[in-house]
Amino acid sequence: MSDLMASDLITPDAGEPPLLSINEVSILKAAPLTRLSLRLREASLKAAGSAFGVDLPVLPLSSATADKRAALWMGPDEWTLFAPENTSQSVVSDIEGKLGAEPHSLVDVSERSEAIIVSGQRAAWLLNTGIFVDFSIDTFPVGTVSRTIFHKSPVMVWRIGDEAFVVEAWVSFMDYVSGLLVQSASELSAA
Amino acid sequence: MSQPFRTEKGGRINRTEQLTFTFDGEELQGHQGDTLASALLANGVHLVGRSFKYHRPRGIVTSGSEEPNALVGIYRHGDQTPNLRATQVELYQGLEAISQNRFPSLGFDVGAVNDLLSPLFPAGFYYKTFMWPKAFWDRVYEPVIRAAAGLGKPPKTPDQDTYGNIYAHCDVLIAGSGPAGLAAALAASETGAKVILCDEQSEFGGSLLSEVSASIDGKDPSEWIAETINKLEQMDNVTLLPRTTAFGYFAHNYLALAERVTEHLPNPDPKLPRERLWQVRAKEVVIASGAIERPMIFPENDRPGIMLAEAGRTYLNRYGVKVGHKVLVAAACDTAWQTAFDLADHGVEVAGIVDLRETPPENLMAIAKARGIRVEAGCMVTGTLGRKRVKAALLGRMMTSGNVASGGQISCDALLMSGGWTPTVSLYSQSRGKVVWDSDKGAYIPGASVQRERSAGASKGLYGLQEVLEDGYAAGEEAAKAAIGKSAKVSYATATGGEAGTGGTLGALPHDRNASRVKAFVDYQNDVTAKDVKLAVREGMQSIEHIKRYTTTGMATDQGRLSNMNALQIASDSLDRPVTDVGLTTFRLPYTPTTFGLFAGVARGDYFDPVRKTPSHDWVVENGGVFEDVGQWKRTWYFPKNGEDMHAAVARECKTVRESVGLFDASTLGKIEVVGPDAAEFLERLYTNPWKKLAPGRCRYGLLLNDAGFITDDGVIGRLAEDRFHVTTTTGGAPSVFATMEDYLQTEWPELDVWITSTTEQYAVAALQGPKARDVLAPFMEGVDLSADALPHMSVKEATFCGVPCRLFRISFTGELGFEINVSRRHGKMMWETLAKEIEKFGGTAYGTESMHVLRAEKGYIIVGQDTDGTVTPQDAGMSWAIGKKKADFVGKRGLDRPDLVADNRKQFVGLLTKDPKVKLEEGAQITTAENPAIGTPADGHVTSSYFSPALDRSIALAIVKNGHALEGKTLYVPMPDGSIPVEVTGPVFYDKEGARLNV
Amino acid sequence: MLLVYCPYCKVERAETEFSCRGEAHIARPSDPSQTSDEDWVHYLYMRSNTKGIYAERWRHIHGCGRFFNAVRDTVSDNFLKFYKAGEPMPDLEALAKEAGK
Repeated sequence: MSDLMASDLITPDAGEPPLLSINEVSILKAAPLTRLSLRLREASLKAAGSAFGVDLPVLPLSSATADKRAALWMGPDEWTLFAPENTSQSVVSDIEGKLGAEPHSLVDVSERSEAIIVSGQRAAWLLNTGIFVDFSIDTFPVGTVSRTIFHKSPVMVWRIGDEAFVVEAWVSFMDYVSGLLVQSASELSAA
Repeated sequence: MSQPFRTEKGGRINRTEQLTFTFDGEELQGHQGDTLASALLANGVHLVGRSFKYHRPRGIVTSGSEEPNALVGIYRHGDQTPNLRATQVELYQGLEAISQNRFPSLGFDVGAVNDLLSPLFPAGFYYKTFMWPKAFWDRVYEPVIRAAAGLGKPPKTPDQDTYGNIYAHCDVLIAGSGPAGLAAALAASETGAKVILCDEQSEFGGSLLSEVSASIDGKDPSEWIAETINKLEQMDNVTLLPRTTAFGYFAHNYLALAERVTEHLPNPDPKLPRERLWQVRAKEVVIASGAIERPMIFPENDRPGIMLAEAGRTYLNRYGVKVGHKVLVAAACDTAWQTAFDLADHGVEVAGIVDLRETPPENLMAIAKARGIRVEAGCMVTGTLGRKRVKAALLGRMMTSGNVASGGQISCDALLMSGGWTPTVSLYSQSRGKVVWDSDKGAYIPGASVQRERSAGASKGLYGLQEVLEDGYAAGEEAAKAAIGKSAKVSYATATGGEAGTGGTLGALPHDRNASRVKAFVDYQNDVTAKDVKLAVREGMQSIEHIKRYTTTGMATDQGRLSNMNALQIASDSLDRPVTDVGLTTFRLPYTPTTFGLFAGVARGDYFDPVRKTPSHDWVVENGGVFEDVGQWKRTWYFPKNGEDMHAAVARECKTVRESVGLFDASTLGKIEVVGPDAAEFLERLYTNPWKKLAPGRCRYGLLLNDAGFITDDGVIGRLAEDRFHVTTTTGGAPSVFATMEDYLQTEWPELDVWITSTTEQYAVAALQGPKARDVLAPFMEGVDLSADALPHMSVKEATFCGVPCRLFRISFTGELGFEINVSRRHGKMMWETLAKEIEKFGGTAYGTESMHVLRAEKGYIIVGQDTDGTVTPQDAGMSWAIGKKKADFVGKRGLDRPDLVADNRKQFVGLLTKDPKVKLEEGAQITTAENPAIGTPADGHVTSSYFSPALDRSIALAIVKNGHALEGKTLYVPMPDGSIPVEVTGPVFYDKEGARLNV
Repeated sequence: MLLVYCPYCKVERAETEFSCRGEAHIARPSDPSQTSDEDWVHYLYMRSNTKGIYAERWRHIHGCGRFFNAVRDTVSDNFLKFYKAGEPMPDLEALAKEAGK
C-alpha cells in the first residue's frame, strides 16, 4: 500500500483479520488514528497549517498530506486532521499554542469514527452498491474526500489510490457499513 | 411427436440443447433460447390462462412484456412467483410453471360460469351492485369477489433470494436495443462518452431478432447485431445490460433499471442476487423503446390462437415456432403481410389474408398471388369459433351502404391480427413529456423534451428500417454531443428491406352481429370490451381518465400499451368528438411489473436499518439484559435476574438504586461540544437559561425551545473552560438539536465565533446513581476530589478513570447522588466492566431504561417527547425556574408571550395518584372532570407517564391537564372501558420533594 | 431523486445527501421584543407555498453541512439557481423569464 496517499498514516490494523479478501476487492479495518475536528476562519488558515505541519486545503473536497499528517477539507471552515494514534495531545497543544486567541474550535474526535480500507479492482463498484456518487477517476480523483451517505448510514469517503478508498463511519454505524459491503461483494466470488 | 409446431430449421434457438420443463405438471420439451411462451407454442399449447372476470380461456397474444394473458406462476426455491409473463420467462432445464385463475383446472374452470352470466357484469358493475348494505362489503362481497376474480396467488414463504443495488452515472443511457438503440450506442460510444445500453430482453437486437427479409450493409440482421454487440463489448466506456428493464424515469434524468440476474438460470449460485436495481443518473437519455402492434377489436377476438401478427412472425423467425398449421392473417396494414409470407415460406398453410382496406398495395398483392395466398380485401373478421382454441373466423364485407354483410367463414387454427402500430411512449411520458397527436400516423408520439432526452426510431413513430437506423445514429450523436461536447465520425449502416408500409386502424371494427350479445375485447387482462367503453360513455363518462376508472381499461399490467389507443377511438366515436378531445392517461412507473424484492434491496433482516450498539452491549448480552429499540440504538431495558419478570426486575433495580447504587449506560445521549470565544453567548441565545455567569467546572440543566415557545429538548450542559461547553441532548433529539444549532449559527448569527462538533460517539458514558455511588467510583479516579464540597451537585471535572482521561459529571437523573463518567469510546467496555464488578461489593445493580424512567418519574423530571408533545411551554411544565428572567432574548422567548401561550386553560404538567394505589393508569389515557362524561365531551388532558413506584410502593402517574396547577388535591377521572378510575391531582414530585438526597 | 448542486462543495449530488428546509429568506426579527404578535406569527408560520418559482433553503446535511438557498420551479422541479446563505434573494421574475416561464 506504499503507493497510496498517507500510507504512513492509513494502515491496516495488524490485529484484525480482513473483513473481506478476494481477488477483486478487499476490506481491511484501519489502525486507530488521531482525528481532530478543526474549525476556524480564513485568517487563521496559515497559522493552523504551519502548526499542524500541512497547509489546510481550501479547494472543496480536497486533501493534503505530509509526513504522518493529513488534512481533509470537510466544509468551508471545517477540516479533519489525521495524525498517528496517541499523538492527539501534542498535536492539540501545537495548534492551540499557535492559534492562541484566534477564534477557532479544535475537538478530539479520534474515537468517534472507525475507518476501513476498501481496495481492489472492484472497490469503486462495491462502494457504488450503496453510495450515489460518481467514483470515476476523472470526477473523483485520488485525494478527493467527501462525506456522503451509504444506504442509511452517513459515511466519509477518501480516495487514497486509483483503486483504494478509506471509508469512515461513526463507530456504531460501522457494523452496518462493513457488513453490507461484505454482503454486496459476495456475488463477486460467485461461480 | 415432440414439439409438433417446431419449424425444420431457422431461429435463434439452440436445437442441439433440448430442455425439459413442466406446465401444470405436464412434462414438455423446448430448446435453449426459447421463452416459456415459445416453448408452449412449439408444443401446440395456446391455452395458458383464464381471464380475470369472465374466466374465459385465453392464449398467448404477444411475444413481449406487454403480454396480457399468458401470466404464469414459476416455481423457485419451492415456492412460486406469480404473474410472470410467459413471453418474458426464459426457458431452462427443469422449469416448473403453473397457470393461474382457474379452478379446478385450466381446461375445466367452474369460474367460467361468469362468462355465461356476463350480461350481469357490465362496466361499473361493482360500483353499482355492492353498494348496500355497507357492512357487507368487508365480510361478504369483497372476499367473494377476490376469490373469483384475480390473477396469481402470492407466495407463501419468505423470499429466499437476495437483491442487489448499484448506483451508476453515465453520459448517455439508451433504453432499448433495437436498430435505433444499437445505432445510437454505436454513435454515442464512438465519442468516448460513457454509455449504458439496456434492454428488457435476453438478447440485444429488438425487432431485428425476428427480421429475416431485410439486410443491413448487405448482411443478415442477425450478423449485423452480432458484429455490433461485439464491437460495443470491446469498448471500456460501454456497459451492456441485457435482461434489464428501464422501468422508471424520474426528475433530473434519474432512471431506475431492473436487471434480472439469475431468473433465467436453473440452479443459480446463491451468492448472486436474483435481481439488481440500477439507479442511474444519466446526462442524456435516448429512448429507443420501439413500438408494439395493436390488436383488432372484433367479436371473440380473445380466443386462444388469436395473436398479434408480429408475434407470429417473431415466434417463427426468432424461435422456430409455427403458431398454427393453418393460419389466417387479419390486418389493416402492410406489415402483417410479411408475416403471412414468412409463414408460407416455412410451409405453413396460410388460410388467407383478410385486409380491411379496399385496395391493399399492388406489390403485396403480387407477392401473395405468387405464393398462392388467398386475399380478401375490404374485409374484416366479425367473429370467431372455437372455445379453447380458435377453429374458424367469420368474415364480413363492408358494403357501400356502410353496413357489413356476412362474408362466410374460414377455418384456421391460428389467427394473426394487426391493427397497426403504437409507439411505446411510456418512458417519455414518465419523464413528464407531453405526447402529441400525429394524425398521419394515427398515433401519439413524443412532443417536446422536458428532460435531457430524445426518442429515436419506432418509439417516435418511424418504422422503416433505414430511417430508424439513421434516426438512431443521429440520436446517439446528439446525446453524446450534449453530454460531453464531443462528436465522432461514424459511418451509418444502410438497410435494404424492412420498409415501413402503410395502413392501420383504431377502435372497434364494424360487424354484422348482435351488438348486445357479443364481446369484442379492448383490454384482455381486465376483461374490458368495446361495449363496456361505450356504456361508460352512455353513463356520462367523457374523459378517458373517467372511462379508464369506470371500466378499468388500460389499468392492466401493461398500463394500456395494448388497449389505450383502441379505447380512445371507441370513446371518441361514441362521443362523436375527435380522439384528441378524449384526453390521454399518463404512463407511470413501473413500465412493467417490478418485484417488491427489487425495491427493498438490502434493506431487510439485519440490514433493514443500522443497529447502533454501545460499548456495554456484549456485557449486557452475556448478563442476560433485555434490549429495547430507541431509534436505531439498542438500549438495555432491564436486567432480569433469577427468572424475574420485567416488573420484578424493575422493582429490584429501582430499590437498589435508592438504597445502594446502580449502574446505567448513558452513552446514547447526544453530546455536542460547543467551542469558541462566543460559546457562552451562543448558548445564551439558544437555551432559556443564563450561561454567561456559569463558572468553568459547573453544570446547568438546559431547556431548549423553538421560536414558537414550545419545549423541544433538554439536557445538562457543563462548562469545561471559558470557551468550551459540553452539551448533552436527549438520545432521540441529538440530530435535530445539532441541526438547529447549525441553522442558527450559519443563517442567523454567522458573526458569532463559535463552532459545534458532535461528540456523541467520541465518549462512552456510565452513570453511577445511588447513595454508594461515590464509594464505588473513588478507587478508580485520579485528579479529582469527589467530596461534596469539592465536587458538588451539578459540577464537571476533567480527571482520569483507571488512568484513562475522562470527563466526570456530578449530575443526577434519579434524585440520588450521581456521577456520569465520560471516557473515550474504546475504553467504554473497560469502564463498564470495572464498575459492574465494583458495584457488586455494594450490592449494587446495573439498571436499564425502564428503571431510569421510573426513578425520574418519582422525581417528576420530564422526558421531552413523552411528557411533552410539542405544545408544552416551560410554564406549562412547571419549569419557569429554567428561564433566565433577565435575558433580553433567547429562542422561544418572544413566542412565550403570544396570547395563546399566556391564556388561561392551558394544559399543565401535574402528578396523578389513583385512589386505589394498586391501579396503574394507562399511558395516553384521557382525563375528564366528570366521572361518566357524555359521549363527545372533550378530554381535559391525558396521562403521559405511568409506573408502579417501588419507593412509594404504589402507582404514580404524570399527566398534562387543563389548568392542572390549580387543581392540586382535586379529583379527576380517567374513563376506561371497565369504568372510570378516580385520581387525585398532585404535584409532579413524588419522592424526596426537598431534594435532600441529591446534595450528599 | 433530484440532483442538487452544493455551492460550497461545488458539486452536484443526489438529493439523499441533502435536506430541504422550506422557504428561504425568512429572517428572524432582529428585535423580537418589539415585534408584534401578528408579525411574530407571520415569521413562525406563514409561508408563500408558491406554485412555480420559489426560493427555498437546503442543507448539505450529509456533506459539508452548510445551509444554502436554491431557486426551484415547484412545478417542474427544475432548479434555476443555487447560492450561498447570506447572499441576497435573486430576482425571481427575471429567473423565471430566463427559464422561459
